[in-house]
Order: sequence, then C-alpha cells, then structure tokens
Amino acid sequence: MIPLSWYLLLSAALFCLGVIGFLIKRNLITVFMSIELMLNGVNLSFVTFAHQWHLVKGQIFVFFVMVVAAAEAAVGLAIIIAVFRARSTLAVDRIDLMKL
Amino acid sequence: MNGSLHLWLIPLLPFAGFLINGILGRRLPKTIVTAIALLAPLASFGVVLNAVFSPVDKPYVETFGHWINAGTLNVDFSFVFDQLSLVMLLVVTGVGFLIHIYSAGYMAHEDGYARYFSYLNLFMFFMTVLVLAGNALLMFVGWEGVGLASYLLIGFWFQKTSAADAGKKAFVVNRIGDFGFLIGMFLLLANFGSLSFSVIAAELAVKPAWTGGILTAIALCLLVGATGKSAQLPLYVWLPDAMEGPTPVSALIHAATMVTAGVYMIARTHFLFDRSPFALTTVAIVGAATALFAATIALVQTDIKRVLAYSTVSQLGYMFLGCGVAAYSAAIFHLMTHAFFKALLFLAAGSVIHGLGGEQDLRKMGGLRKSMPVTFWTMTVAVFAIAGFPPLAAFFSKDAILSAAFLSGGSGKIFWFVGLFTALLTSFYMFRLWYLAFMGDSRSHDIHAHESPWSMLGPLVLLALLSIGGGWIGMERFAAYLAPAVGARSLESSNILDWTLSGLAVAAALIGLLIADRLYRARPESASQLAKSMSGPYNLLAHKYWVDEIYGVVIVKPLMLVSKFILEWIVDIGILSGLVWTLGGIATLVGAILQRWQSGNMRSYAAWLAAGAAALLLLVLVPWSAVLANVGIHLNMAGH
Amino acid sequence: MNELNQSILTLILLVPLAGAAVIALLPDRGKRSAWVALLTALFSFGLTLHLPAHFISGQPGFQFERNIPWVQSPAIFYHVGVDGLSLWLVVLTGLLAPVGVLASWNAIRERRKIFYSLFLVQQTAMFGVFVSLDLMVYYGFWELSLVPMAILIAMYGRKNGPRTAAKFFLFTFIPSAPLLVAILYLYARTGTFDFAQLQYTIAAGIIPAGALYWTALAFLFAFAVKVPVFPLHGWLADTFSEAPVAMAMVVAGKLGLYSMLRFHVQLFPVQSHAIAPLMIVLTVIGTLYGACLALVQRDYWRLIAFATVGHFSLTTLGIYGLTMTGRYGAIYQTLNQGVIEGALFVLLGVLETRYASSQIASYGGVAAKLPRTATFFVITALAMIGLPMLNGFIGEFLILSSTFTGVSQGWAVAATVSVILGASYMLWLVQRLFYGPESPMAATQPVLDLRFHEIAVLAPLAVLMLIMGVAPDYWLKTIGPGTSLLNSSPVVRMIDGPQKPDTHFIAVEAHQ
Repeated sequence: MIPLSWYLLLSAALFCLGVIGFLIKRNLITVFMSIELMLNGVNLSFVTFAHQWHLVKGQIFVFFVMVVAAAEAAVGLAIIIAVFRARSTLAVDRIDLMKL
Repeated sequence: MNGSLHLWLIPLLPFAGFLINGILGRRLPKTIVTAIALLAPLASFGVVLNAVFSPVDKPYVETFGHWINAGTLNVDFSFVFDQLSLVMLLVVTGVGFLIHIYSAGYMAHEDGYARYFSYLNLFMFFMTVLVLAGNALLMFVGWEGVGLASYLLIGFWFQKTSAADAGKKAFVVNRIGDFGFLIGMFLLLANFGSLSFSVIAAELAVKPAWTGGILTAIALCLLVGATGKSAQLPLYVWLPDAMEGPTPVSALIHAATMVTAGVYMIARTHFLFDRSPFALTTVAIVGAATALFAATIALVQTDIKRVLAYSTVSQLGYMFLGCGVAAYSAAIFHLMTHAFFKALLFLAAGSVIHGLGGEQDLRKMGGLRKSMPVTFWTMTVAVFAIAGFPPLAAFFSKDAILSAAFLSGGSGKIFWFVGLFTALLTSFYMFRLWYLAFMGDSRSHDIHAHESPWSMLGPLVLLALLSIGGGWIGMERFAAYLAPAVGARSLESSNILDWTLSGLAVAAALIGLLIADRLYRARPESASQLAKSMSGPYNLLAHKYWVDEIYGVVIVKPLMLVSKFILEWIVDIGILSGLVWTLGGIATLVGAILQRWQSGNMRSYAAWLAAGAAALLLLVLVPWSAVLANVGIHLNMAGH
Repeated sequence: MNELNQSILTLILLVPLAGAAVIALLPDRGKRSAWVALLTALFSFGLTLHLPAHFISGQPGFQFERNIPWVQSPAIFYHVGVDGLSLWLVVLTGLLAPVGVLASWNAIRERRKIFYSLFLVQQTAMFGVFVSLDLMVYYGFWELSLVPMAILIAMYGRKNGPRTAAKFFLFTFIPSAPLLVAILYLYARTGTFDFAQLQYTIAAGIIPAGALYWTALAFLFAFAVKVPVFPLHGWLADTFSEAPVAMAMVVAGKLGLYSMLRFHVQLFPVQSHAIAPLMIVLTVIGTLYGACLALVQRDYWRLIAFATVGHFSLTTLGIYGLTMTGRYGAIYQTLNQGVIEGALFVLLGVLETRYASSQIASYGGVAAKLPRTATFFVITALAMIGLPMLNGFIGEFLILSSTFTGVSQGWAVAATVSVILGASYMLWLVQRLFYGPESPMAATQPVLDLRFHEIAVLAPLAVLMLIMGVAPDYWLKTIGPGTSLLNSSPVVRMIDGPQKPDTHFIAVEAHQ
C-alpha cells in the first residue's frame, strides 16, 4: 500500500507547480491552466484524506470544487476571449488597466 | 386714591406710537403721524401728572410679573415711583413733549418724517423705562435702549457717512460704559443675590459697618457705565460727534434727558456710593476734570452745535461733581434746570440753523437779533441762565453744587475752585456764541435769515419761562423734597459764607461776560489776533486735545492690526489651518508611498499573495517557542 | 390625544422623509418640488407645535416616550422622547424648515428636486438627533445629518464647492469615528445603548475611570468640532461662504450644543467636571477670538462665521460653567441663535441673490433702495449683539452673570469684553452695507425690496426675537425640569445653595 505521505507530496507538488506556473507564465491561457492545476492539487489531498479516514465529506467537497472550476472555466475563458478581442494580446503584463 | 397709578402706561404709550408710526407711518397722512407722535408723550405726561397729584405713599412700587426666572436669577418687571423718579419723569415727559412739538416744525420738510417720530417715541419709551426701573437690569434695558434710539437718530441722515459714523461711534463707546454697568450688576448679584434697588438698599441698611472693599468695586463699575452714557472723561468722545443728528434730537437726547441718565443712575444707587468714600471722590474728580476739560475745548469751537455739545459735557461734569460730594439733590436740581436751559439753547440754535438754511458755522452768522427776534430773546435768557446770573434757574443749581463742594471738606475746596473757574469759562464761551451769532452785522451776505414758525417758537418761549423760573423753588425746599429718595446731608454753613460763595460765582460769570464783550464786541479783530499770538494752545484746543486721534492710534488701530495680522494671518491661517492641512498632507504622503505597492501587475499581486500564504504557513507550522528556546529566549506564554 | 402623544415623535421623524420621497418620485417641473417641500415643512412644523402644547412642565424624565426593540443583537431600541432640554430644539428645527424652504425659493434655480429632497432628509436627521435616546440610533441620525450637507455644498458651492465639501467632510466625519468607537466601547462594557441606563451604569462606577475619561473625551471631541469650539472652527467660515443659505443656517451650533448637554455633561458628569476648566479657557478665548476676527473680515459670510464662533463659544461657556443659571442661559441662547441666525441668513441671502456679491466693500447705501431689508437687518443685528428686550440679551446675561458669580470673575470679565466687540463688528457691518452714500454697485443694479414670501419669513422671526426677549419665562419654565432627572440619580445630585447665588449645580460624591 502506498503511504499517505506520497499522495500528499504529489498533491503539494502539483499545487506548487500551479503556483509557479501562475507566477512565471505570461500567456493568459497558461496562467488559467495553472489555476486549474492548483485546484486539482487540492482535490487530490481531499480525496486522499477522504480515503484515509473513510469519510465521504472530502469526496463531496471535490465535486463542489469541480463544479466551481467548471463555472470558473466558462466565465474565465469568456473573459479571456473578450480581452483578446479588445487588446489582441494575451500577455498578462500588458493587461494592467487596474493600475492607478 | 386707592387704585393703581398705571405706571405701565407711561412707557407703553410712546411704544405704541413707535409701533404705529414705525410700521404704518409711510402710508399714513402726515397729520395723523404728527398727531400720534405728539399725543403719545402728552398722554404719558398726563399719566405722570396724575401720579404726581395722587396721594400715594412713596416709594410706590408696581410689579407686573416675572421677566427672567432661571436658576438663581430672578428679575421682575417692577417700576418704582418716588420723589427722584417723579422729578426725572416730569423733566423727561415735559421737556420731551415740548421737543416733539418743536420737531413737528423743524422736520416738516424732511423725508422719513414718520421714521423720525417713531424713533423719538421709541426714545421716550426707553427713557421712561430707565427712570421707572425698580431694579438694575430693567434700568439696563432703558439704558441700552436709549443708546439704541440715540444711534438711530444720530444716524437719521444715514446717507451722510459722517452721520452713520457718529451713530456707530456713540453706540460702541456707550457699550464700553455698558461693559462697566454689566460687571457692576454681576458684582451685585454675587454679593447681594439680587438686582432690585430696594433689596440692596435694605440689605445695606442692616449692615451699617459695611463700607469700601467690594462696594467700592461695584460703585466704580457703575461709574464706568455712567461716564459712558453721560459723556464724561474718558468716554465723552461720542457726544460732540453726535451733533450730526437733527437738532431737536441733540436737544432732547444729547442735552436734556439721555445724557443725564448717568447722574440719575448714581443718584438712584446712592446707597452704594455713600458707602465708598473712594468711589465718591473718584466721581467728583471725574466730574470736575470733565467740566474744566470740556469748557476749555468749547472756548474755540466754531460750530454752534459743537460749542453747545462741549458745554453739555461740561455741565454734566458739574452734576457729577455734585454727586461726588454726596449732594445728590443738588445734582438732580442742576439736572432739571440744565434740561430747561440746555434744551432751550439747542432749540434756539436749531431755530438759527433752520433760519439760515442749514448753516452751523458761527463765523458766518452775526446780526441775527433783528431778523430773528423771538429766537434772540429766548436765546439771551438761556445764555444768561447757563452763565449763572441771578435770578435765572442755573444760578441756584450751580451755586448749590459749588457750595456743597466747598463745604464738603477735604479736597472739596479744590473742586470748588475748579468749578468756579469753569463757570468763568462757561460764561465766556456762551457770550462769545451770543455775540458772534446775534450781535454785530451779518458776516455772510448771501444768506437771508427768517424767523421760524410758531410750532418751533412756542416751545422756545415755554422753555425760556422755565429757564427763568425753574430755580425759584429754592435749593432747601428741593433737597427736603428729595431727601426720602436720595438722603440728605446737612452741611455746616453760615449765611455769610453762602452769600460770599454766591457772590464769587456771580463775579466769575461777570468776568467771563466782560472778556467776551471786550474780544467780540468792542474790538472784534482782537480775538483772531489773540488766537494767532497763542497758536500752540489754540491749536491744541481747536483739535480737542487730539483725543480722538490718540484713541485711534492707541486702541482702534492696534486692535485691527492684531486681529488682522496676528490673529487671522498667523493664528488662523498659519497655525490652525496649517495644522489641518499638515495632517491632510501626511495622509496624502502615506498614501503616495503605499500606492506604489499597487502596481496593477497581476503577477505581483499573486506573488505577494503566495508570499503571504507561505509566511502564514511558516508561522503555523514551525514550533516557534521551541525554536526560540533553543536560542535562549523564553516566551512568557499562558499556562507557564 | 393620548394616541397622538405616543406616536407624535415618530410622525415628526417620518413626515419630512415622506416629503422627500414624494419629491424624489415626482418629476421635477417648475417649482413643484419647492411647493411640496414647503407644505411638508409647514406640516412638520405644525406637528412639532403639538409638543409644547401637551408638554407637562415640571414633570421629571422624558415625555412622549416610545421604546420599542429594534435589533435583537446588538440590543438597539427605537427609543425616542423629549424633555425640557430637547423640547424647544425640536420646535426650533421645525420652525426653521419652512424658513429654509422660503429662503431657497428663488436662490435655488436648478436641480430643485435633489435640493429639496436632501433638505428634508436633513430635517429628519436633525429631529432624530434631538429625540433619540438610544445611542446607536442617535449616532445614525448624527451621521445622517452630515451627508445632505456635504452633498449640497459640493453641488451648490458658490466658488469652490467640492473642495469645501471635502473640508467639511474631513472635519465632521473624522471626529465621528472616535465617537462611534466610544459608543461601541460603552456597549461592550454595559450591554446597552440606552441613554438612561447608561447614565446609571456610568454613575455606578462599573467602567474603569481611565477608560471612561477617554470615552468622554471622544464624545466631547466630536461635539466640539460640530459646535465649533475654538480651535476646531476651521471648517465653519468656508462652509458658511459656500453652503446654500438654507443649509448653512442649520449646520452650526444646536446639534453640537445639544449633544454636549445631553451626551457629555449628563452622561459623564465626573469627566465633564474634570475637563470644565480647559473648556472655560477655550471658550473665553474663542469668544474674543471670534469677535476680533469678525472685525477684519471682508466677506460677510466669513464675518458671520467668525461672529458665530464667538457666540457659540459663549454658549459653550454657559454649559461648562456647570451652573444652573448658566445651563438655562446656554439652552436659551442656543434657541436664540437659531432664530437670529435664521433671520440673518435669509437677509444676507436676499442681498446676495439681489447683488451677486458677498464682498462688504462693494455695498453701501443700500438702505435707500431696500428700506425693509435694512429695518429687518438692523433688528436682527441688535438681537445678535444682545440689546435688552430682544432675545440675545437674556441668554448672554444668564451665561455671563452665572460665570461671574459661580465660576470665575476673571474669565467672566474677559468674556464680557465681547459685548463691546460684538457691537463694533455688527454695527460696522450694518453701516458698510446699508448706510453712507450709494456705492456704484448699489446705484447701478435695479433691485426690488423684500417680496411677500421673504417678509412672511422675517416678520415672524423678528416678532419672535422681541417676545423671547420680553417674556423669556415662557421658555425658561419648561427648560427647567431637564435637570431634575439628575436629581434621582444615586450618585449625581443637584444642589442649589440658598446662600451663594450660583453654586455648581452638579455635585459629585466620591464613590471609590
């Protein structure tokens, strides 16, 4: 049986990859995928613990996260398309309208 | 008579006149305005006469109800009718009524006729309140109120800058006096717990040993108030300027009645002054100094009304001198005769000005005895009266004050001598005026004098009769009558001394007459030569000792400069606003620094987010107390 | 009648709001908004008159009281009521409502809908401040009273509206923050926002003295800015010269003075005793300072602003002298100032709409063309400088005499100097505006004297000044019982020594 810590390490690795990708990637689509990666890293820990303690709550939570992620993907992609139409670029550094 | 005297009618009738003429006057025909304006003081005079002849015990008090009732301060509307207020009321309503009649002629062609009479009635209202008041606060109502009426009437021709200025000056200088009056009332409240004259007098009566100290302070504060209203040193400066008002106003307010309120107030509160020799001496010094000071200025004035104004200041000084030697009845006696002859002087001067079409400069008059005979004869009576020739009214009253001063001992003889010398000066400047205006030939050929209408001459004749006979009642009888109200002081005297003092006073008047005769009749050119040869003193007098200018430089200018530059520019704009804007500036600065953090770059936000999360993780996961214990630091945690 | 007594205060609070809602819903056409506002204002004034008619003077405690739970947690009650202290302030607010509407009748020509609806909201807020007995509700109304003011200054400012609005906002909102913190602290300590309960619990000494000191200071600070007390008056001059007339006449004074009396002196007697010496010094300085600065102003709005600083400083002196008579004087003077400043603002507003200038120097000789304006102005000026028989004198005399007899002779004498300065600047203003030869501006502008609606405002105010000066007893006797609430308090009792004319009316027994 694979010990619990391995799952958790994989989950942490996935999450950190997501964070790093979010921080260093310039393309908005890649950034978006990094977020999905982070969510899935978290999902993995939920499932792990659920399996470990024989509780179903963790698995239910994963479904919640997946639903939210799907909604977020729909809205996020729509925004990305709108941004691309408006500015003809997907480089994150160029999208700085919030700057004062 | 058992019924009430209806004292409230005395002030309220003129007040009704004020309201009607003040609100509706512009729409009413002139005859109705005149009728209302004249009937109001006449009716008041009638009520006063009714009260005089009704056999009531004096002092007779009427209380109409509470005025202020707050905490420990209780003040009633109460009127007191005693010998003192009786004499004063007769003067105020009687002379006041005559001047109302005169005004109807004098102001006949003015715009704002109704406005003038409404103000005049308003004055009568406040003056009678002042006289009748049974407590200091109610007296203060009249006190400030007559100041208001004076302000409005001096500034009657408000489009003249000088008139508006003079009105404001009168009010503000009077306010300085009122400041003293207010402090005096506060002291009364603090020490007696009441402002009622009778309560204070009763309390003093049961403590005969109480003299000086706080009573001196109270008396001196009241004296400050009196010097403001009665135009004494150092607050006399408003009265000469007040001559900007119409002449009947000068006669009524600035000669006969309002300016004597200070004397009346001192007599009314004599029980306080009697307990403070120091305050009494101060009153006498102020009076004597003012009498002399104002008389010297009057010597060289060329405006007929200004001569009379300074003469008024000087005569009020006599009354103060009388009060200062505790001869209150003599002071009130002189107040009464002064009301007659000074009102007459002003009204006659007004008649001259009216006849000459507004000319007030003595140097342009002359020879008026032919063209204005009635004015001339009445004026002659007044001039001889004020100079103190027997058997005219002022001879008795002035003599009473001078002999009281002489007999009062101590510094009294100095006061007497100052008074005597002032009498000489008075006689001189009045005959100077008389000679310049009425004798010789006209010095200005383009003016054709005409005699005034009978509405003006009638009051002149009546006042002339009063100026002749007003003093015949005699000082002894007058003093005996007033004694219940103001007390009586018996002075050691003898017939020979009395006759000598009277003789000296008449001699002083004669000398004044002779000098004036020599300078202005026998050799008319010698006066200007004398002025040239003594140009230093002459200029000093002609410029009224530069007092207005000194006040301007010492008080008004510094106040304005300090307010403008130190208070407004440095304190308000500099320090206080500066402080607020500095605080605002600090906030802006902090904001500017923090703003740099908000770069707008999404990845920088994300990086901070990640760093923050990492820091929180570290904080939670690392067992800090163990780590610190390893390096030798022990945290004082709960449970240890 | 009993029914109405119960709900009268609620009605008074709701009627202006309802009027504001009607104005907001109706289309803005011509003077329709103004008419609705006028009718609402008159109606609510009529409602406020119900209070003195059915007020039982001499009865301790609050009347027309209503106490309904509003929010469960935190425990906020809709608790309203009036006593002698607030009774006439409510009526005064009601009286000034139609005055304000008529003063704006011609002055406000555009966006009437917003103006009048905000004006009525401000009315509700002020009524609310005076009748609320729950600290949280009070605080809500207190904040609400600032909002319409700030918006209207920004919208209708004469020269520099937004900047002045920002200044007003900063000066009045920032002190409200510590006030809120202090109120919440009291709640945390006592579990109640109720005025009377707080009065007892504070007096019982549950809260540590040090914390209570800062709490009281936070209350006082907010009120002192609002009055304003020297040296916190920086916002007033700008606000007066920028705000619409109808708003400026209600902003200063009564809210802050009332709050000082109710929520500082009555709530924190020990602390107000401790701080009274400082307040006395500040108010006397403020009295003279305001008068001196009024002497040298060139703009009449600023002149009136500094005169106001002086007068309200004197009123505050009456409060912090902590004498019976001074308290009467302070309350009475607050009413007086409301009436006098109401008339004064209407008159100056008349001049400004006629001549489009507030520079004193450009006026002169106006009395010849506007005799009625001049008459009313002189009457108002005389009331302001404390001429006996007009209302200003009564308050001034009560305050000054009580300070002299009960507090400090020296400070009282210093404060009395202001009667000289007051006469100087007011009469000088009258002279420069109305007297003298006609200025070029006055000569060239064809202007009309007061119109009917302006006289309809000014004549009652002038008559009121006279009546309040002649028969102050009518008001004073109802003001009185407000203090007797303290009488029943276990720790704070009122003494009124028969020997000395004016002893401190609150004596605090040691309760450590």
